[in-house]
Amino acid sequence: MRDTVQTEAVREPLLVVDDLRVNFEMGETSVYAVRGLSFSMNRGEVVAVIGESGSGKSVTIKTILGTLQMPPGRLLSGSVRFDGEELLTMAPRARRSLQGDRIAMVFQDALAALNPVYTIGWQIAEIFHVHRGMPMSAGMRAAGELLQLVGIPNATQRVNEYAHQFSGGMRQRVMIAMSIALRPQLLLADEPTTALDVTVQAQIMQLLARLSAETELAMLLVTHNIAIAAEVADRFLVMYAGSIVEMGSADKIIAAPAHPYTKALVDLATREDVIDPIPGAPPDLRKAIDGCAFEPRCPFATEICRRVDPELRHVQVRQSVACHHSERLAKESAWTG
Amino acid sequence: MDRLTPIGEPVLEVENAVKHFGAGRVGGVVRAVDDVSFVVRRAETVALVGESGCGKSTLGRLVMCFDRPTSGSVRYEGEEIFMLGTAALRRYRRGVQMVFQDPNTSLNPRLTVARSIQRAWESNRSFLPRAQWRSRIAELLDMVGLSSDRAGFYPHQLSGGQRQRVAIARALALQPKVVICDEPVSALDVSIQAQILALLYKLQSTLGVSYLFISHDLDVVRRISHRVLVMYLGRIVETGTVADVFERPAHPYTRALLAAVPKADPNGRTLLTRRLLEGEPPSPYSPPSGCRFRTRCPIAQDACSRTDPSLVNIGQEHRAACLFPVREPEKL
Repeated sequence: MRDTVQTEAVREPLLVVDDLRVNFEMGETSVYAVRGLSFSMNRGEVVAVIGESGSGKSVTIKTILGTLQMPPGRLLSGSVRFDGEELLTMAPRARRSLQGDRIAMVFQDALAALNPVYTIGWQIAEIFHVHRGMPMSAGMRAAGELLQLVGIPNATQRVNEYAHQFSGGMRQRVMIAMSIALRPQLLLADEPTTALDVTVQAQIMQLLARLSAETELAMLLVTHNIAIAAEVADRFLVMYAGSIVEMGSADKIIAAPAHPYTKALVDLATREDVIDPIPGAPPDLRKAIDGCAFEPRCPFATEICRRVDPELRHVQVRQSVACHHSERLAKESAWTG
Repeated sequence: MDRLTPIGEPVLEVENAVKHFGAGRVGGVVRAVDDVSFVVRRAETVALVGESGCGKSTLGRLVMCFDRPTSGSVRYEGEEIFMLGTAALRRYRRGVQMVFQDPNTSLNPRLTVARSIQRAWESNRSFLPRAQWRSRIAELLDMVGLSSDRAGFYPHQLSGGQRQRVAIARALALQPKVVICDEPVSALDVSIQAQILALLYKLQSTLGVSYLFISHDLDVVRRISHRVLVMYLGRIVETGTVADVFERPAHPYTRALLAAVPKADPNGRTLLTRRLLEGEPPSPYSPPSGCRFRTRCPIAQDACSRTDPSLVNIGQEHRAACLFPVREPEKL
């Protein structure tokens, strides 16, 4: 096995997540946050994880990054391999040096992620100092270049300013600059534009799309907005209640979603006449779910959905779905438009 | 679902409203709302859109009578609200209610759903005899799609969407004519957003209530409103029906806003090649001379720095404040 991994190393995906299961233990009750998640990502690929709150998307990111608090979080099973190395059992020290260097993160709230009492330039220079042993003065110059790269005007002056002197959009650019400082192979972005105005959101997404197109940077973008995902991602992972309900090429999923949940999200994003396609609310994750987690809200649900949790299966090349009725869905969507 | 056609009579009229804030030690004034006029008719949804800092929430606060305008007037059913005596102001507040963005903070965590709703009647004693409170609470909860056993729940026992339903039930307790919705679905998940919008829709068609819908989310605005006001740095730069503003935008700012909305297009991505608005709005302490948008405008000319354009008619209800408005229904 080891040998095949070695010889196949060139073609091995950058990130392989296999049967990830994460619980939260809250006293007597446990919350099943991630329920058997498997996917892989290639080098330079942009993958969007789409889901609502409670879908397990942020927990997944945190587990990959190793920032999930344990307890209350508990890893039940699974493996996360990055570039052939298992992350979940890696020694904390080795994992820390991997992070920032080869895996980086952009958070939703840049103001909270930046240190208020050091200048922006200092915080970037520190990255180069710690990871590359660069003197702080050289680091400050590199910081200026980076800020320029991410589109901050007067970058060489602004390195001497503090986080509060930057607008929301500019702060997000600073954070992107910090995340790409060491030229990582994988960028994890958790709702990077949620707090921003629509015009600034488009600028930031354009910047991220440009960076991933121009470099070999792979990006795992977590978002609740399928339209944002569609603007940048090659591939979608649609999550619901802790597992993947649909996965595949972004273009194919938008053109012909195969899961009723994805279809509702796509309809909401593309059709004005659709007002309220999904009744009800996501299931209570404190209870074990028999059958399909989406069944109570699903217009296609039948008896089998209550009993059997559907497995992910291919519906066509580069598109798989976990639904018993995707063929029916395809037929009916063809009628309605 | 059909959109109820708004009935002609205006319920709320805002005329030349101005709100300036002193900037404290820094000196100068912030022109948060600068000469804004519009009307909201019966059973109509008027959306107020713009980026953060454009003055849309300040305008909402003026209409709610939380703040007094520096000048200008707000009339409710023909009566000037800033001239009202205490009793009349009470009546006004009964007629104009508000739904806030975040139901986690707008509901008192220590009050049950029922008590949150009945607070409205506690402070308006003559509105509803106490004996009817219980049954009316059940009716209100039913109207917003909650079962009546939720009356005894505390906010933390409800989901975000359910909390927003409670906030809507509370806003309806005094049978208002106008509900001001300040980003009412921004904090909710997409599928729950859609449910709340559908609820607001349904309530409008059954109760004939009008909404002033403040939002930065153009997709949401497009779904729910009849008319749209686009604000930039304290001014309305374009106004018209939903079709006017979304299909025939005349102001370059409106066009830029629409171009920035992410699109799920199966025919391929356009983000990398799309021309986006650069930078961010200038400081409202010192707006640019002439047209406020000229510093970011892709079609600005010399004249734009000299003349401050006022709203001119483009179509029947369609008006834009631009010296060079786009009149063709050109594709974005």
